[in-house]
Amino acid sequence: MLEREILLEKMRTTPYLPMKAKIIEAEMVTEKEKFFRIQLENKINLGHVPGQFVMVSIFGFGEAPISVCSSPSDKSYFELTVRNVGVFTDKLHKLDKGDELGIRGPFGKGFPIDNMFGYDVMIVAGGLGIVPLRSLIRYIMHNRGDFGNVQILLGCRSPKELLFEEETKEWMKRAEIKFNCTVDRADPDWRGNVGLITTLIPGVDINPTRTYGIVVGPPIMYKFVIVKLLEKKIPDHQIIVSLERRMRCGLGKCGHCQIEGVYVCQSGPVFTYNDLKKFKGECHEKAV
Amino acid sequence: MKYVSLKKTNLNDWLEYLKNKAKLYAPRKKENLFVFRQVKEVNDVCLDYIPTILPPKKYYFPQKEKLFKFSLQPFKTAKAIDKFEDFILFGMHTCDIAGIQCMDVVFRDAPEDPNYLNRKDKMTIIGIECLKYCDKYANCASMGNHVPRGGYDLMMVDLGEKFIVHINSEKGEKLVTGLSYIKEANQADMDLLERRREAKKKVFKEEFIGSLPKVYDVFDKSFASSVWKDIGKRCVACGNCTAVCPTCYCFDTNDDMELSLNSGTRYRIWNSCQMDDFAKVAAGEDFRKGRDSRQRHRYYRKFKYPVDKFNRFFCIGCGRCTRTCMADISLVETVNSLLSEEGLQ
Repeated sequence: MLEREILLEKMRTTPYLPMKAKIIEAEMVTEKEKFFRIQLENKINLGHVPGQFVMVSIFGFGEAPISVCSSPSDKSYFELTVRNVGVFTDKLHKLDKGDELGIRGPFGKGFPIDNMFGYDVMIVAGGLGIVPLRSLIRYIMHNRGDFGNVQILLGCRSPKELLFEEETKEWMKRAEIKFNCTVDRADPDWRGNVGLITTLIPGVDINPTRTYGIVVGPPIMYKFVIVKLLEKKIPDHQIIVSLERRMRCGLGKCGHCQIEGVYVCQSGPVFTYNDLKKFKGECHEKAV
Repeated sequence: MKYVSLKKTNLNDWLEYLKNKAKLYAPRKKENLFVFRQVKEVNDVCLDYIPTILPPKKYYFPQKEKLFKFSLQPFKTAKAIDKFEDFILFGMHTCDIAGIQCMDVVFRDAPEDPNYLNRKDKMTIIGIECLKYCDKYANCASMGNHVPRGGYDLMMVDLGEKFIVHINSEKGEKLVTGLSYIKEANQADMDLLERRREAKKKVFKEEFIGSLPKVYDVFDKSFASSVWKDIGKRCVACGNCTAVCPTCYCFDTNDDMELSLNSGTRYRIWNSCQMDDFAKVAAGEDFRKGRDSRQRHRYYRKFKYPVDKFNRFFCIGCGRCTRTCMADISLVETVNSLLSEEGLQ
C-alpha cells in the first residue's frame, strides 16, 4: 500500500489507535522548549500539510495535540518543538533519542499553500507561534519559486526565548526571506527592536491584495495584529490564523476544541479572518 | 406497513423469548425513579415509566469505554474489544429513539467512529409509544418526538388488553414471527390504534410558545441575551444536565495503568462542557469562561449548531436536564424566555 493509503485506512478503521514512533533526535533549544525529530514505524512519511497537528501519546500519561514544525518536504521524519507547561509535556521532555511514543494524525486543515502560490507572504509570529509557522517557512524555502516576497515578523518576550535562531539566518540567506524581530524586554546584548509585535507592522511595505498575512501566536495577540493587518488593507480571506484549542480526539467528536458550532480540530486549526468574523462571541482571537 | 398484536398476558412469554435471544435491557423501577437495566427477571420490567435517570445511551456510548490496550516495554498496542454482543433495548420511548438517531448522525459523520458504529450494528430497538405525558418536564410535542418517527425495529402501542406492534425492519420481524401468541393485527386493532392516536392529539400540546423554526431564529439572535446571565448565576456546574442528555456525547480520554506500570488501557469517558476546565488549554487560557457561557453553549448545541451542521435539533424533548437540575433550570422556561424576550422587541 502507498503511505498515504496506510494513513487514511488507519484513520478510517482505528482512528483512536496511535502509530508507533521513535525519537531519533532530541535537544533542549531554550530553557523551556525541547525539539524532537520523530520517525514513524517503517519510516512512513507523515505527509502532513504545514499547519496541521498530530496527537502525541505517552502511554500512562495520555495524549496531547502538538503542531508539526517540519515541512512535508522534510522526508521520512517530522519534527515537534514543545514547551514544558504541564504534566504531559513534562513527561515528554524527559524522553530522549531512542525513546518510543505514539502518534495519531495528521489532523486538521493546514495553511492554504495551494492558494498562496504566486502571492507575497507576510508572517507574523508571537512567541511559540513560530513553531507551527516553521513548518510553512521551511515549505516556502523548499519551494521558494512558488511564492513572491516573503517576510517574517517575530515577537517574543525576551531574547533568550528566541526559537530557531540559527535557522533564521539560513532562511534569510538561502531563501531571501526578510526577517524582523522584536522583544518585549531586551537584555544587555540585544541590539534589535524592543516593543510589541504590532509596532513592526505599520512600517512594512506590502501590496495588500497580493499578500497573505499569516498570524500565529498566543490568544491575546491575534485581535491586535489582525487590526493592524486590516489597516494595511489585506483582504479578510487573505488574513490567516491558526488557533490553539484543547483537542482531545482530533476527529470532531469530543467537543473540547469547539468554537460555537465549529470543531477546530477538523475545520481548523487554520482559519481565515473571514471565518473568524462569523463567530458571534466565543472566539477570543476575533478582532472587534 | 405490517402490524402484529400481543396480548398483555403473553408479554412475559415474549420477554423470556427475547431474553434468550440477546442481552435484553429494559426499564425497571429504582426507588421513586426508573433505570434501564439488563433483564434478569421479566417481572421487573416496567413499561409505565417516566424517562429513566440515565438515557439508554450508556449501552451504545458507554460511560467508560475501552479504546485500546497498550504496553510500554515492548511498545505495543492492541484492540481492547474483540467482539461486540447483540443486545435489545426494550420499551424505549420515542424521545430516546430520536436520541439514538442524533447520535447516529454524529458518529457516522466522517471521520466515522468505529466503536459507536460497531455497537449500533448489534442493537435492536423495541419502542413503546407514550399515550400520555410522563410528567410536566417533557417538551416532546414541540420537538415532534411524542410520536414514532422511525429509527426502531418494533414499536408497541398499548391498546388496553393487548399491544399492537409495528414492524419496521427485518431484524424486528424475526423477533415476532413463529410465536404462537403473536398474531397478525386485525381491523379492530387498527381502528383502535387510530382512535388512540386521535386522542393523543388532545393530550400533547407544543410546550414552547413558538414553533421550531421560530426557536431556531431566536437562538440565532440571542447570543448576547440576558437569559444566559440569569441561568449562569443559578447553575452550579455539576454537569448533571449533560450526563443525562441522550444527545450529549462529549468525552475525554484517560489512561489506566495496571499495577505492573508497564501495560494499561486507554479509555474514553463521558465529559461535560459544563465543567470549568473543559475548554482550557495548557497555557491556561480558558476559552469558555463562566457558567453563563457554558450553559449557553449547551443550549446552542441542542437548538442551533446541530441544525446548521446536521439539519437536526439535538433536543429530543425527554425533559431529563430539567428533571435532574439541582438549580431548577428549566429547558422549557429558558427557551420560552428567549422567545418572549424576542417577541417584546
